[in-house]
Amino acid sequence: MPSLKDLKNRIGSVKNTRKITKAMQMVAAAKLRRAQDAAVAARPYAERMNDVMAGLAASVGGSDSAPRLLAGTGSRQIHLLVVMTSERGLCGGFNSSIVRQARTRINELLAKGKTVKILTVGKKGREQLRRDYGTHFVGHVDMSEVKRVGYDNAVTIARDILARFDAGEFDVATLYYNRFQSVISQIPTEMQVIPAHFEGEATASAGYEYEPSEEAILADLLPRGLATQVFAALLENAASEQGARMSAMDSATRNAGDMINRLTIQYNRSRQAAITKELIEIISGAEAL
Amino acid sequence: MADTMQFDLVAPERKLASVQAREVRIPGADGDLTAMPGHAPLITGLRPGILTVVSTEGTADYAVTGGFAEISAESVTVLAERAMPKAEMTAAFHAEMVAEARAVKAAAPMDAADSAAKLLADMEALGTHMGL
Repeated sequence: MPSLKDLKNRIGSVKNTRKITKAMQMVAAAKLRRAQDAAVAARPYAERMNDVMAGLAASVGGSDSAPRLLAGTGSRQIHLLVVMTSERGLCGGFNSSIVRQARTRINELLAKGKTVKILTVGKKGREQLRRDYGTHFVGHVDMSEVKRVGYDNAVTIARDILARFDAGEFDVATLYYNRFQSVISQIPTEMQVIPAHFEGEATASAGYEYEPSEEAILADLLPRGLATQVFAALLENAASEQGARMSAMDSATRNAGDMINRLTIQYNRSRQAAITKELIEIISGAEAL
Repeated sequence: MADTMQFDLVAPERKLASVQAREVRIPGADGDLTAMPGHAPLITGLRPGILTVVSTEGTADYAVTGGFAEISAESVTVLAERAMPKAEMTAAFHAEMVAEARAVKAAAPMDAADSAAKLLADMEALGTHMGL
């Protein structure tokens, strides 16, 4: 049975925790709005880019002269997994859900006898994956200094991936990130970026003339397209992280409230019990006289 | 025929302009071109340069680099990897871009050396053109 003083301290510390989680929730809410705005602002570019490239890919893709970024290396032996996670914790299942998906995929690939290489973006994923797959790591992108995700960050990551591809380090590259659906729901997503893969109907190219040639434009656009896809993934991830943190902190705040209620009841009960005990002692003492 | 067309200038991080334009002068990869309403459908790469939009609200200049323009009879969409109003283009920023192009050129393999050199030359010409 904890003493009254212990209970009081306990209540005080839980109240402080609640203040912190409440503040974190509000900060996350503000950041979420900004992250969502950024994701929305980036959408027109990504969509147009995707449309045009899909059109080009459809018309050029079949030929032998198709760029390697589109056609692939002809083998699917070495896989590069780009796992994007957050730099900070306290965001619920955000990181573990990406890591879980990546892990499933890694095990699947390893079981098939493929070579797996891992590139992590964000500290949390690296920490979780390093334990089991430390030998597969080829690199890590530190984002802890980045306050707001910019296109430049995406370009840096894309260049790194492209340099590795040109050096023949892998055949297939896949991004792992959380797609933002709502504050309470983020969907771990895998997206194959090399060889390039486009969704949607390829109608954009119909009737267009190209200057210089289709192949030249496509070859110029594919690396940019990769940067755009990485950028979109980073933004989705940033929004998801804040959303996940917001809901995690919301439930933490609520749990802290419940705990305070329970502790307060326990505190009042023991206080009452102590008073009753004292009264009984006084009364029985008086009766004995 | 309508005398204006929809013009959109889009950068990765934001949409810079969306106006009704009378004509758009685009620094195309194979040379400058002017798109007016009713232009034949064309997709062209961009080289670093100044893009001028003549719209119903006046004329606006943008510095653009990297990307492409999609021209059709009713609309022009420019997707530029970097784009900003000309006024925001400072000498320091330009120098940074030139330095980057120079680094790319230095690192470029044989078969890409020509295009890297061209990129650098275009980048420098852009600065001269703007008087930076």
